[in-house]
Amino acid sequence: MHEDQKTLEPSESVNMTDAATPAKTSESATPKMTARHVDVFYGDKQAINDVSIDVNMDSVTAFIGPSGCGKSTFLRCMNRMNDTIPIARVNGEIKLEGEDIYASKMDVVQLRARVGMVFQKPNPFPKSIYDNIAYGPRIHGLATGKEDLDEIVESSLQRAGLWGEVKDRLQDSGTALSGGQQQRLCIARAIAVDPEVILMDEPCSALDPIATAKIEELIHELRGKYAIVIVTHNMQQAARVSQKTAFFHLGTLVEYGDTTDIFTNPREEKTRDYITGRYG
Amino acid sequence: MTSATLLFLVIGLGLMAWFFGRLKAAGLQARDANARSVLHSLPNYHGWYVALWAILPAVLFMTVWSFVSPALITDAALTSPAAAQLPQDGFARAAILSEARAIAYGNQVNAFNPLSQSMVEPYRDAIAHYQMIGAIAALLLVFACGAYAWLKIKPDLRARTKIERVTMLLLLLASLIAIITTVGIFLSLVFETARFFSMVSPIDFLFGTEWNPKAVAGPRGETGFGAIPLFWGTIFIGAIIAMIVAIPLGLMSAVYLTQYAPAKFRSWMKPILEVLAGVPTVVYGYFAALTVAPALRDFAVSIGISNASSESALAAGIVMGIMIIPFVSSMADDSIAAVPSAMRDGSLAMGATQSETIKKVLIPAALPGVVGGVLLAVSRAIGETMIVVMAAGLAANMTANPFASVTTVTAQIVQLLTGDQEFDSPKTLAAFALGLVLFIVTLLLNLIALRVVKKYREAYE
Repeated sequence: MHEDQKTLEPSESVNMTDAATPAKTSESATPKMTARHVDVFYGDKQAINDVSIDVNMDSVTAFIGPSGCGKSTFLRCMNRMNDTIPIARVNGEIKLEGEDIYASKMDVVQLRARVGMVFQKPNPFPKSIYDNIAYGPRIHGLATGKEDLDEIVESSLQRAGLWGEVKDRLQDSGTALSGGQQQRLCIARAIAVDPEVILMDEPCSALDPIATAKIEELIHELRGKYAIVIVTHNMQQAARVSQKTAFFHLGTLVEYGDTTDIFTNPREEKTRDYITGRYG
Repeated sequence: MTSATLLFLVIGLGLMAWFFGRLKAAGLQARDANARSVLHSLPNYHGWYVALWAILPAVLFMTVWSFVSPALITDAALTSPAAAQLPQDGFARAAILSEARAIAYGNQVNAFNPLSQSMVEPYRDAIAHYQMIGAIAALLLVFACGAYAWLKIKPDLRARTKIERVTMLLLLLASLIAIITTVGIFLSLVFETARFFSMVSPIDFLFGTEWNPKAVAGPRGETGFGAIPLFWGTIFIGAIIAMIVAIPLGLMSAVYLTQYAPAKFRSWMKPILEVLAGVPTVVYGYFAALTVAPALRDFAVSIGISNASSESALAAGIVMGIMIIPFVSSMADDSIAAVPSAMRDGSLAMGATQSETIKKVLIPAALPGVVGGVLLAVSRAIGETMIVVMAAGLAANMTANPFASVTTVTAQIVQLLTGDQEFDSPKTLAAFALGLVLFIVTLLLNLIALRVVKKYREAYE
């Protein structure tokens, strides 16, 4: 544990200067989500060390970094999914449109309706395709009647690019779809509650290249309508889909900036080493 | 020499055979030790090889002999001069012979019938004679087979392979014993049931509505073997009342334990629930008969049901349900815990509350497993005996009134088979027919339940 802490220290100092000036990256209007000095602990072990970052509405933000660098952990903090882990503890401040999401008056149910999430492995519910999409609108009471719900289901599936493939079999089980279709179903399911932010935790890591290409295309189309944060192992993917990239290493945010800058002209040596494949 | 002494002697000789076998193998190894080990197997395996050869044929022979020799002994005793005085009547003859045999073996001291006393001596002689033959043959087998195996020990003898095959056969035998026993029970049920059905029509038995077993048929040919009231009572108590109690309580406790309980509470509560599953059912029977049943009767009287019985379906059903709770709860617990956490996360990430997630995602996903668990619980409940014997009564009523006394298949089996019985009366044989029905039903339930549970497990692997 102590060794971990020690290895964190050098990069921490690098990080501090960087994190203190997040404004550098915000060329657009007010950011959708802001994080300041976030620490995350699992029991005694520190998984995230003083991360500050802004997420913008008009851009896709990619989190990259080697395995175990804390990028998924940080992502899960952004809609408080870490609450389901009893030993996880979050310090610092994460705001959604200026509201502190860890404040006691914040209803986690409302938060998660506004900040949706797509997981690494497609996880459709063992229900029909229709019921999978209708799940969120139903629990949040978004639809006023059957036609309304039908419309939400159709438009969500259309936005996720799945409507053409499943419109004739909406009553089939969601688990009967292929892996790529399942993942798009999960994205459609997240869209159905009309969130403001969509968090994607390595959404393509369980998919084949063709399905991956479709998801990436979908992310392109969704950009601008939702603030999208995607965690990925695949640097080409980050380069393809994102406008902003954050590089995490050993629980700290090493560098955050425009994707083109990060990949062509990184400021930190660590970032350069990682993207040129020296380690990770 | 008694057979126990003989067995010990054979085993002792077998151990010596092990020693000699090992010695010879070790000798072979020592002599050629300059080359790479020339023995195919380690000396120990050769030892076991010889020992098994020495013991197994002899033990096999002794087993067969113990089945064959009684007939030979009786034949020999009957050729003695004393046998000439025996009565020709088969029944009396058999009684005298069995008495004489008991005295000869030392199981009985004095003869009731003087004729038996005269047969004791011939019996003793015959027993001694055949025991001696058996012992000598067994010992000869030990030496002959042991020597054969000992002579076969050569460097290239594949002793290890052979020992391992014998070990595997032993393991197979062990696993088959339970199955063979079950098949044996089933067959005995089938044969006795066939005898019963030769006296009472299966249609009358399976679809008759009057249960009042008598040894002889009544004036209109009615036998009183209509088992429908028993089947109804069994289903009413075991599958309806007990499940109305056990399913909601078991499921809710499983949901609490898996989803809400703090880890510390769960680590206490789960073992306690599982301990409850080990309480002897007779204890639940006391509870049902002495506490629950009177309380329910008083309650029934107080709400104006005048004919409430002190033994009621409700009392037995409720207590049986309580007995089954840990069972349902632990099956449901396993099924809910087996739902991938990705499902739960997916639902929570949609902004569903914990209870919405449980109701709409976890329980539907765990349902097949829960159903399997409930079916297993039903099959347990309908096979349960003590509680119904003590609390449900013995009156075969066809009633849906939970305060009335009803009876079940198991309670009637107990009733039919306790005390003195004759095994050729339909009244006694009816117990086997009931047992067979129960056996088939619980077997089917278990089969279906295990299939459902298995299919469900595969769905998430």
